[in-house]
Amino acid sequence: MSNNSSHNIDRDRLVDLYRTMRRIRAFEETAEAASLSGQIGGAVHLSIGQEAIAAGVCANLRLSDQITTTHRGHGHCIAKGTDPGAMMLELFGKEGGTCGGKGGSMHIADFEVGMLGANGVVAAGIPIAVGAAHGAKLLGEDRVVVCFFGDGAINRGPFMEGLNWAAIFKLPVLFVCEQNGFASTTHSDAVTAGAGANARAESMGIEAFEIDGNDVAAVDGLVGDLVPRIRAGGGPLFLSARTYRLKGHTSVDPALYRDQDHAADQWRHDPLKRAGEELRRLGLSDDELSAIDSAAEGEMRRVSETADAADHPDLAHAYDDIQDIGAPVWEAGS
Amino acid sequence: MSVLSYQEAGCQAVAEEMRRDGRVWALGEDLGRGGVFGQYKGLLEEFGPERIADTPISEATIMGASVGAALAGTRPVVEMRFADFALCAMDEMVNQAAKARFMFGGQARVPLVIRQPSGMWRSSAAQHSQSLEAWYTHIPGLVVAAPYTPADNKGMLKSAIRCDDPVIYIEHKDNWALEGEVPDEDDYLVPLGAARLAREGKDLTLVTWSKMVGVAAQAAELAAAQGIGIEIIDLRTLWPWDQDMVFASLEKTKRLLVVHEAVQVGGFGAEIAATVAEHMAHELIAPIRRLGAPRAPISYAKPLEDLLRITPEKILSTVVSQIGT
Ligand SMILES: Cc1ncc(C[n+]2csc(CCOP(=O)(O)OP(=O)(O)O)c2C)c(N)n1
Ligand SMILES: [Mg+2]
Repeated sequence: MSNNSSHNIDRDRLVDLYRTMRRIRAFEETAEAASLSGQIGGAVHLSIGQEAIAAGVCANLRLSDQITTTHRGHGHCIAKGTDPGAMMLELFGKEGGTCGGKGGSMHIADFEVGMLGANGVVAAGIPIAVGAAHGAKLLGEDRVVVCFFGDGAINRGPFMEGLNWAAIFKLPVLFVCEQNGFASTTHSDAVTAGAGANARAESMGIEAFEIDGNDVAAVDGLVGDLVPRIRAGGGPLFLSARTYRLKGHTSVDPALYRDQDHAADQWRHDPLKRAGEELRRLGLSDDELSAIDSAAEGEMRRVSETADAADHPDLAHAYDDIQDIGAPVWEAGS
Repeated sequence: MSVLSYQEAGCQAVAEEMRRDGRVWALGEDLGRGGVFGQYKGLLEEFGPERIADTPISEATIMGASVGAALAGTRPVVEMRFADFALCAMDEMVNQAAKARFMFGGQARVPLVIRQPSGMWRSSAAQHSQSLEAWYTHIPGLVVAAPYTPADNKGMLKSAIRCDDPVIYIEHKDNWALEGEVPDEDDYLVPLGAARLAREGKDLTLVTWSKMVGVAAQAAELAAAQGIGIEIIDLRTLWPWDQDMVFASLEKTKRLLVVHEAVQVGGFGAEIAATVAEHMAHELIAPIRRLGAPRAPISYAKPLEDLLRITPEKILSTVVSQIGT
């Protein structure tokens, strides 16, 4: 089912969505710079170009709803309400990070806002999201779980197993496949058979939708229809969001394996640019827009400066939170 | 001889074996762009997409299909990308590849090489840093190799490709850029199961493998400055391991230290220590020691990650304590 809906979004709501996207973009650009300068040590996978999916989906969730995400999950975290300050501290491996600096970019989690974890293993979040929904159902809670994953994940077994499970147990899950065209350096199409993600979902009786994932109003509108259906007990639904990974696989990947003209041309469809144009059409002034932009950029600049100045975690934390019995014992100076 | 990196040496090994034997092929994610670490660079151009196969992200089927393709008469080189992702293919490795020959009464062989880039590398955190070689030594049917030098990465990878048993082939991610002299001959083979005497010394035998050979060499320099002679054995193959070389060295030094990057508890050092204790405890003049990582997942934050690393200083202080006893 294809949906190119709702440009009759109200202006205030679009301003909020735009602000979320701009904050994600500013976070990613700041993280990119800090990665290239060596302030961030581990791998950083940027979601630049994919912000509309995170913003449009999460705008329809309650705090008590839950999500799982991937190695490319910064946007989903911010949209779900995670503090970018704690996220940046995590990327820098500093005290006060979402995971105390022990996880890094690929393992951000924030259970207080229902963010059940990014993941370093492709498709590993799918069964986890399904299980979280199973748990909600057992507990009689009306939570919805959103499971974000990439187009590369649909060729792993846990994808098929997770969808089947969600369908037979009629679980409250929204599967969101971010079709950004790539799995690392490989074109996703080249390694994916048949009609792709939606056809696979439909083969298991899960209703599947497709949307322009760079149109934040459209994503918001459609997900706004889907989430109440899931919450009412209708079982899982599936959404494929077409987008484009505007940067390389990681912050240090120049992505020379793709057609450079085609890649450059994709910036025309930048979801921020599109939402900005729509906002101007709805009467927002250039000044109002750039005020949102500079607020987001200022916020993330401060976040990055704070992270840079912060202390590393106390060494003893290397041995914390492993297990209750049998964990190694920390001895200072060892 | 040419000076090659560890990564180039491995690439050369695959290329030579593919030229030599049309049944050899490689499969895994992103191989068409040379592999994530460049260890297949140029091979697509020479051998084409059928023999350098780009796969979906489907570790269980990359492994399982390789078992099938091996049973059908080909010789797959299986790229797991990170050792951590090989865990997505455990049934295929442990229940299928390792056991097919035996269960089927010897009717079939499973000649494949399972490349597993391992170890700590640039703040990669708990799911991208593991050293799990000991797990595989526990599985009957598997050979386990972990080369350190570029020359060994060529000679051992070639031997692994020619081996009719499934070989778990562990390359350290921190080693890709390490350079060394590598023989040019395309029949340069380093036998599996043979250790290498990396340094002679009279006072203590240090058994190790993979990246830790280099760390041990630094420790040996520090020890030499204190008049202590460390003999380093680069085990190279963990199963089967070269007991003869280790025993012979211990006849001389009478002291044993085993060092590995992997978690110490249940690590392969325990197997070596126990075997030596069973065979020659009475000849040793100091307690056997092991040095491995604490039993903790690997942290992302640099200082916490560093805490889990085996350093030359940690090795030296262990050695000094053994010599002192
Ligand atoms: C099981 C597993 N195999 C391989 C990898 C290495 N890897 C990390 S991201 C990635 C590509 C994922 O592509 P996709 O799911 O489309 O997500 P995207 O990066 O496009 O957001 C790969 C192969 C991994 N992390 N886990
Ligand atoms: Mg993708």
